[in-house]
Amino acid sequence: MSAFDSTEAAPELVRAAVGVPPRPIRARLVTTVVAYGTLAVVTCLLAPLVGSTPISFSRVFDRSIPFIDNVDAQIFFVARMPRVLAGAVVGAALASAGVVLQALLRNPLATPFTLGVSAGAALGAILAISFGAAISFGPFSPVPFATLVGAILAASIVYGLATKPGRAMSTSVLLLAGVTLNSFFSALILFVQYMSDFTETFRTVRWLMGDLDIGSFSPVLGALPLLLAAFAVFAMLPSSLNLLSVGAEQAATRGVDVARVQRLAFVSSALATAAAVSLAGPIGFVGIVVPHLVRLMVGVDHRIVLPASAFFGAAFLVACDVVARTVLAPVEVPVGVVTAMLGGPFFLWLLVRKS
Amino acid sequence: MSLHSRSVSFGYAHEGRDSFALHDVSITVPHKSLTGLLGPNGCGKTTLLKLMSGILTPQSGMVDLSGRDLASIPRRELARHIAVVPQETHPAFDYTAIEMVLMGRHPHLGPFRLEGPDDLAIALEAMTATSTDHLAHRAYMTLSGGEKQRVVIAGALAQTPEVLLLDEPTASLDLGYQLEVASLLMRLNRERGVTMVLATHDLNLAASLCDTLVMLRGGRVLAQGPTREVLTGPMIQQLYDVEADVRFHEDAGHLTVVPVRRVP
Repeated sequence: MSAFDSTEAAPELVRAAVGVPPRPIRARLVTTVVAYGTLAVVTCLLAPLVGSTPISFSRVFDRSIPFIDNVDAQIFFVARMPRVLAGAVVGAALASAGVVLQALLRNPLATPFTLGVSAGAALGAILAISFGAAISFGPFSPVPFATLVGAILAASIVYGLATKPGRAMSTSVLLLAGVTLNSFFSALILFVQYMSDFTETFRTVRWLMGDLDIGSFSPVLGALPLLLAAFAVFAMLPSSLNLLSVGAEQAATRGVDVARVQRLAFVSSALATAAAVSLAGPIGFVGIVVPHLVRLMVGVDHRIVLPASAFFGAAFLVACDVVARTVLAPVEVPVGVVTAMLGGPFFLWLLVRKS
Repeated sequence: MSLHSRSVSFGYAHEGRDSFALHDVSITVPHKSLTGLLGPNGCGKTTLLKLMSGILTPQSGMVDLSGRDLASIPRRELARHIAVVPQETHPAFDYTAIEMVLMGRHPHLGPFRLEGPDDLAIALEAMTATSTDHLAHRAYMTLSGGEKQRVVIAGALAQTPEVLLLDEPTASLDLGYQLEVASLLMRLNRERGVTMVLATHDLNLAASLCDTLVMLRGGRVLAQGPTREVLTGPMIQQLYDVEADVRFHEDAGHLTVVPVRRVP
């Protein structure tokens, strides 16, 4: 066996020791959660201070003034906080769903809307707007309810097409079905718009731009059970997502139940997206820009990327909404336009940088 | 650990009909052996490897891991016994080499347990054994083909398996890297007693590395046994329809195969 023995002493043998041992994952996780969590909380506390009426932070939290007389506190908590909170949960949901779907599809360019969920949601919303459907359900008013139904319907169609009992999902069927369903629903949306009158069409278009102005806390509370369920599932996924993004078969030989993880990932991200879209409309680019930015900062390990993206997504969308409220004040820019204007060029830059 | 397939059959459904990839395949992979799996394209090598790693389940027959039915072993436990090295690995994200290797610890951790100092030590030791420790913090995607394959092997070693299944691990590597990976496999087999199954098209690689060979043609076992007994000119002709000159190479210390001509 001399041919092989000789290579043992050959090239490649300038072997430097592993300089710095990698930082333990536990320490990285704690640092990440503290840092990004702080960023999200601080953003949410600062955002309500910005607006047409200037208010002071110290007066808002001045306990000596009763809430009834504390105008600053009322503006902070009643007028502006619901919107900030909506931005935070929607941003967190879309960014996390983006991370999960990118790993599921093994495609860094996937977004929460790739699988047709947003188009289904939009169709639901538009039908509710145009035909004034008077259905409501618990805390949901007609439009958010129809949105949710549309989103879940679209997700179920894609899911049904891409799964076979006991088998791993076909990610290419998932992608193709999602993209096709997106354009099919978009055509239906155009058709409904074409048949609608001008006011309805304007409302529809405005809804499609995305809007966080939800008026009170109750829509957020209504979406919360769905979001909590989705996030509970997200928390179980990260290490499996790492293995899945390296290769499905490889993951299976390392003890991952691939079919189960794929299903959980699909259902949880569809739920989170549906809840987010029913709250605020289809706000684009959060689900792709945030995960990529976060990966540039913390690396690609999903156990770090997922929590970091949730917090960063919250901060990002709240900040974008502050820009949307103030940049052309008193006129408000739809927040979806702001995220797209920031996100579009960034996305192109990412693409160019890759090739 | 020894691995046996007992009368295993498996087919892929194709246009509603099952087209069989493997018919009644019974092979034996002895404990601590380095077994080569040879055969022409489409003969069922990869399918057999997938059945032996538990990715696929046989439609009839069974795979036996030291006396236990493979299908009855929970997948996480199975992954602690058997690791797989694919031909190529293309992660969707830019993991570092050490992150790739640490993923091999997955079957030893619960769903919420993060790897600790012990896991890190095992991963670094696996990287030292594959001479990739100096690459620990490099991005996997920026490594050369040979380095990538050695990192993937390190990840498989981090699973601390008793059995390693390799599907043409050197197919995309140049001659130098082929030798490097081959000598690494031989060392791991000898020093650590890892049982290995190696599917390959490279007869000279098989001749130099493997003590046992299994020859598959058309989904059936054509021959199996010690390398020096089954790696013969007539056997190769039956296997590939190629006339070959098989000789013992004094300097290399093993059989060598020179294909001469295709026979109809």
